[in-house]
Amino acid sequence: MPVLIVDYGMGNIASAQRSLEECGAKVVVSDDPASVSTADRIVVPGVGAFPKAMERLNAIGWTQVLRTAALVDRLPILGICLGMQLLADIGLEFSETPGLGLIPGSVERIVPREQSERVPHVGWNEVNPVGDPALFASIPFGADFYFVHSYRFIAKDRSHVLATTPYCDEVVAAVGLNNIFGTQFHPEKSSKVGLQLLRNFLALKI
Amino acid sequence: MLKIRVIPTLLMRDVNLVKGPAFDSWRAVGSPMQSVKVFNRRDVDELILLDIAATPKRCGPDINMVANLARECFVPLTVGGGITNIDQVRALLVAGADKVAINTAAYLTPDVVTKASEQFGAQCVVAAIDYRTHASGARECFSHCGIVATGKSPVEWAKRLEELGAGEILLTSIERDSMMTGYDLETIKDVASAVSIPVIASGGASSYADMQAAVEHGASAVSAASIYLFTEMTPLAAKAHLASAGIPVRRHLQD
Repeated sequence: MPVLIVDYGMGNIASAQRSLEECGAKVVVSDDPASVSTADRIVVPGVGAFPKAMERLNAIGWTQVLRTAALVDRLPILGICLGMQLLADIGLEFSETPGLGLIPGSVERIVPREQSERVPHVGWNEVNPVGDPALFASIPFGADFYFVHSYRFIAKDRSHVLATTPYCDEVVAAVGLNNIFGTQFHPEKSSKVGLQLLRNFLALKI
Repeated sequence: MLKIRVIPTLLMRDVNLVKGPAFDSWRAVGSPMQSVKVFNRRDVDELILLDIAATPKRCGPDINMVANLARECFVPLTVGGGITNIDQVRALLVAGADKVAINTAAYLTPDVVTKASEQFGAQCVVAAIDYRTHASGARECFSHCGIVATGKSPVEWAKRLEELGAGEILLTSIERDSMMTGYDLETIKDVASAVSIPVIASGGASSYADMQAAVEHGASAVSAASIYLFTEMTPLAAKAHLASAGIPVRRHLQD
């Protein structure tokens, strides 16, 4: 069965699709929540602002469908960048907005500690997995991935943090809870290590 | 630590890759597709693609062309030229751009920067500033590909663009562009210290030492075009130089 890329009108869908296909996946891009029934994995991409994204997911009817797919059907889900942030309970971008509520936590603006730390956090930065998560199999500790974001995920439970990046104290680079995963960086734009991470996601047995 | 980015910039007019010393006498120097493929193979940190004809010709960005180029590009891609509204921003992101560069439209309808930022996030809105330094030493921003004087200073305009919601500044010295005489370090320093968003230095790179100097003056990324097209210099060697000067650059995973 194919990987479903959720199209809610805000993503860099083409990049995510090409990268997953490069990894050998059959990909379906759809804006129709009914398409979940034909997929065995789901990718939620995203470039954009949290409130607008949730507004669209709610309006098209994705929110409940994604929650059911994640919590009841237990399909592997990967949120990328904004897609990872949407997994949280609540987003604090512009205003307080409820998220998908799949991984406990909130999304808050990055606070720089010094002038050299600029926000947005744009560019390549090292990612340090915590322990030995399957999502980072065959990827060297500290490999550089591509980030471009102004907000960060604050996990309520540290055991859901799969990887961190040293920036403005700390940026949570990846989260995971059972079959639900998210990366703050863009694996589809992170060259070889990014493709390896996508292959790892496609190989997860849940 | 966040790495300093080394970014090749591709300037396009119609279907050609072009070069024009100090924004003048543009001539065709190759095909954009070929260059995108080469830089993708070299695994560059990021690519900037600017269509310099779109605004003067009053046509929007060529979405199909961007989609074709993006298909060959597995590295982060910024696309600019001719953007006047957020429908075009959305279309470019869907076509495979990761960020968009907005220049002239920011002077005419500053709201477009804010709307793009609110809808798609500040992180994908690059505000491009082209400026000239007058004989008096005063610096002035120009819109419409270097043609129309705006009366704004690059430092004040950069601050305003940050307030409007831009996530990055692409700062280009018009008279140094394509001249290979070194970046305008003073302006890089003034702009970078006036804003808290990243600044990409552009215009004039002639050597790896120029890039090092731009970083030392506050640039978060260094862009160059001519040196990669007309000399033996490469982004990879640029990063090796920066690394030897103690500047953090991205390490490449071996095959």
